[in-house]
Amino acid sequence: MNARITLRVDGRDRPVALDTRTTLLDALRDRLSVTSPKKGCDHGQCGACTVLLDGRRVVSCLILAVACDGSEVVTAQGLVEEGEPHPVQRAFLEEDGFQCGFCTPGQICSAVGMLQEVKAGHPSQVTDDLTGPVTLDDEEIRERLSGNLCRCGAYVNIVAALREETAPSEETSPRAETSPSEEAES
Amino acid sequence: MSVAPARAPRDIAAPGGGGVGDSALRPDGVLKVRGEFAYSSDLWIDGMLWGATLRSPHPRAKILSIDTSEALAHPGVWTVLTHEDVPGRKHFGVDHTWDQPVLAFDEVRHQGEPIALVAADHPETARRALEKIRIEYEVLEPLTDARRAAFDPAYPRVQPRGNVARHQPVRVGDVDAARELAEVVVSGEFQVGMQDQAFLGPESGLAIPAEDGGVDLYVATQWMHNDLEQIGPCLGLAEDKIRMTLSGVGGAFGGREDLSMQIHAAMLALRTGKPVKIVYNRYESFFGHVHRHPAQMRYEYGATKDGRIVYADVEIILDGGAYTSSTKNVVGNAASLAVGPYVIPNVRIDAYGVYTNNPPCGAMRGFGAVQACFAFESMMDRLADACGLDPVTVRQVNAAAEGSALATGQIIWAPLPMAEMLQTARELPMPAPADTGDLRDLPGGVSQTTHGEGVRRGVGYGVGLKNICFSEGYDDYSTARVRLEVIGGEPVAMVHTAAAEVGQGLVTLEAQIARTELGVRRVVIQPADNRVGDAGSSSASRQSYMTGGAVMTACQAVREGMAALAAARFGHARDDLSFTGDKVVSESAGVLGTIAELLGDAVIEETREYHHRPTTGMDPVTGRGDSHAQLALCVHRAVVDVDVDLGLVKVVELAAVQDVGRILNRVALEGQIHGGSAQGLGLAVMEEIVVENGRVRNPSFTDYLIPTILDMPPMRLEILENADPRAPYGLRGAGEPSTLSSTPAIVAAIRDATGLALTRVPVRPEHITGSS
Ligand code: FES
Ligand code: FES
Repeated sequence: MNARITLRVDGRDRPVALDTRTTLLDALRDRLSVTSPKKGCDHGQCGACTVLLDGRRVVSCLILAVACDGSEVVTAQGLVEEGEPHPVQRAFLEEDGFQCGFCTPGQICSAVGMLQEVKAGHPSQVTDDLTGPVTLDDEEIRERLSGNLCRCGAYVNIVAALREETAPSEETSPRAETSPSEEAES
Repeated sequence: MSVAPARAPRDIAAPGGGGVGDSALRPDGVLKVRGEFAYSSDLWIDGMLWGATLRSPHPRAKILSIDTSEALAHPGVWTVLTHEDVPGRKHFGVDHTWDQPVLAFDEVRHQGEPIALVAADHPETARRALEKIRIEYEVLEPLTDARRAAFDPAYPRVQPRGNVARHQPVRVGDVDAARELAEVVVSGEFQVGMQDQAFLGPESGLAIPAEDGGVDLYVATQWMHNDLEQIGPCLGLAEDKIRMTLSGVGGAFGGREDLSMQIHAAMLALRTGKPVKIVYNRYESFFGHVHRHPAQMRYEYGATKDGRIVYADVEIILDGGAYTSSTKNVVGNAASLAVGPYVIPNVRIDAYGVYTNNPPCGAMRGFGAVQACFAFESMMDRLADACGLDPVTVRQVNAAAEGSALATGQIIWAPLPMAEMLQTARELPMPAPADTGDLRDLPGGVSQTTHGEGVRRGVGYGVGLKNICFSEGYDDYSTARVRLEVIGGEPVAMVHTAAAEVGQGLVTLEAQIARTELGVRRVVIQPADNRVGDAGSSSASRQSYMTGGAVMTACQAVREGMAALAAARFGHARDDLSFTGDKVVSESAGVLGTIAELLGDAVIEETREYHHRPTTGMDPVTGRGDSHAQLALCVHRAVVDVDVDLGLVKVVELAAVQDVGRILNRVALEGQIHGGSAQGLGLAVMEEIVVENGRVRNPSFTDYLIPTILDMPPMRLEILENADPRAPYGLRGAGEPSTLSSTPAIVAAIRDATGLALTRVPVRPEHITGSS
């Protein structure tokens, strides 16, 4: 059975007709040519396909595209604003939080979603105080990113990247460190 | 614990801004973090077809017939190919082994062996068509006993030429006589399970038929030119009819050294006249590449009471599966490094690589040295116990150093400060003890079901010695073309090699070298393809050395050209001139002008091959020979908490001390040590392809576990720079040594915590609780 749906992907409306059995990941990659989410397993085991669906992180290989009709999908590519990488992307770059980079778009979407959850005060399994604001220490970072595999083993630097990203000065203005004179090159 | 240096703001607009020694950013990093870097699985061309591969469900069977008619009739299917359609040579094999069928005929020798190919207009159609290919098999009992394959002449043959791919002995002194001298004898049998590279980006690529009858291939590989040497003959095409471009590589770790879908996609493209893409899924990927050889090892050491080893008697059996792949070279490594960096006057080593119907094995990070390292380091701990020494001291007592000989007789020609490195590792601060009142601190984390009554701490050490670059007389070289010209008013160096960036940061390093050697700011790394000479493989930790060396020498040749121009223009002697920051500088007179002015319209282009010092083969009887081009050492100290009741292990901290000769890029280097340590951790406590009667039981990331960010502990790194005088910039290859030493260090720490013998990796919970 086919269905017509519209996904809002990285800020653009993308109408598409597809077999209702198509996953969100396949819809993005094979139908809409949005290849920033990667397919590392197609079974919800690796996290490489992580995107933000209406602001929440999801593994897009485990969701049917038809269930996302009308939803907002943000991939790693969509986190770039006006040519400027997102602060989390910057932090990964500067801390060398990757090697081959295959897991990276998923790691970054996962990290962005995770920072939102922390900001909203959602406790994780390792949070001390279930009522107060969450302090994002290394233990929290590792717990909250444990769904994203990195075979290159860049974990030490991923933790460092997110540790920097959540340094107190940046909590209110996540873009604070971005100097306007710097232009990203692609 | 924070061991990362504070982050200074960086100019990401000029990635890789620095020269040799700078922690330059990756030139491909911006694309990678933005999700815009094209991996081989992202390739797309309108009108392309999708290829799929039918694989044998049996580890061993005769193929009686193949009927493709029903599959061919399936709507959407363009073609179905079998061995009859292989245009040229029917076999391939990495590095001139030529024993692996492109598509199986007569017999299948391992589960997952490719038999037929389909091209269809949708990947699901292709997969469904595979189900309609009818194959009649006569199923045979698989031959899976590596020990019998090595020694039992009555064991049936997997390969007609016999079941032993290579037997490499090493003989030093007289082991039998030395037995008389030994005051202490320790022995053990050790096993290493089959590890998978499990790179995250699956085997994939795109083949586009060309008008000249050739094919354009875009693939993720480790060694383009060796691929070509196999693809050309199998397709019946001259090499110049195959244009190969490296696509984004999502990790490799040895698993892309052998061909996977390259010939298959090209065959489908040539047959249909359409571009064909093949992407393996994760399940297929577990069958789509070779794995790390599982090993069975018997060791016996004799020593004097003070812990000095007087003899070693070693037998190593490596199961290579059905085809040769890299088995012979893996055996060479295992044999030459079987006793590691220890000075032992009497040695008898026999290393065997055998054929079985188990999954095929070949290159994986550490390449034969990993298996031996687990065994000899386990032996060092046994020896320490037997002599009442601590594990660091027993290693120091027997440590090799510059000037001492490996078991092969090769004299270590560069600094090898092993005893000091061990001391450093021992003296690093220890992590805080576990807070048993806090579940989060315990093995198993918040899933812990106890109150930590059974949690014990352990500390262990491991030392790994890895050969860098290709060994045993192989003429190992790399090629680089460097072109300097003025573009947009600026001098730009273009660096062109066929070397594969697989995540190790080679492209960063190439740019750093060009900046240092040429004194220019802008460097463009051209896509790796076969329009330039062979770069060799991105393996054996060799690319910094080999392709780094090639880029360095090509740049130096270009610099010579610049110097000639500058000498003529400015009337200065050449050796008074240097180039830096885009300027021509005279030592006596300061800045003379810009490189851009000097060059004008001139283009200077040079291509250079870089060879390392020749090595020799190993004598087939004694194993003697100067077989290695470089050696690199890593020492690990592991701290673990083990829940002895539940069998759970938490690696609390890994500390590594590694001598890299010279740091070319600290950040990238640290990443390599982290990554190698992580894969060693995986082998120590979780990673194994479980094979039962030739069949893989766990081909998924649910059942084949690789370390997550929770499993990976914080790391302390101590990096030494004792230059190897033979190597470019004095560097030592750094990708593999940490993979060797982290496994035995972690297992030693578990032994320390539990008092168990633990002779097999990965260590499983049931090995700790004794419930298996
Ligand atoms: S591809 Fe979705 S989790 Fe691996
Ligand atoms: S960077 Fe290679 S898998 Fe994470």
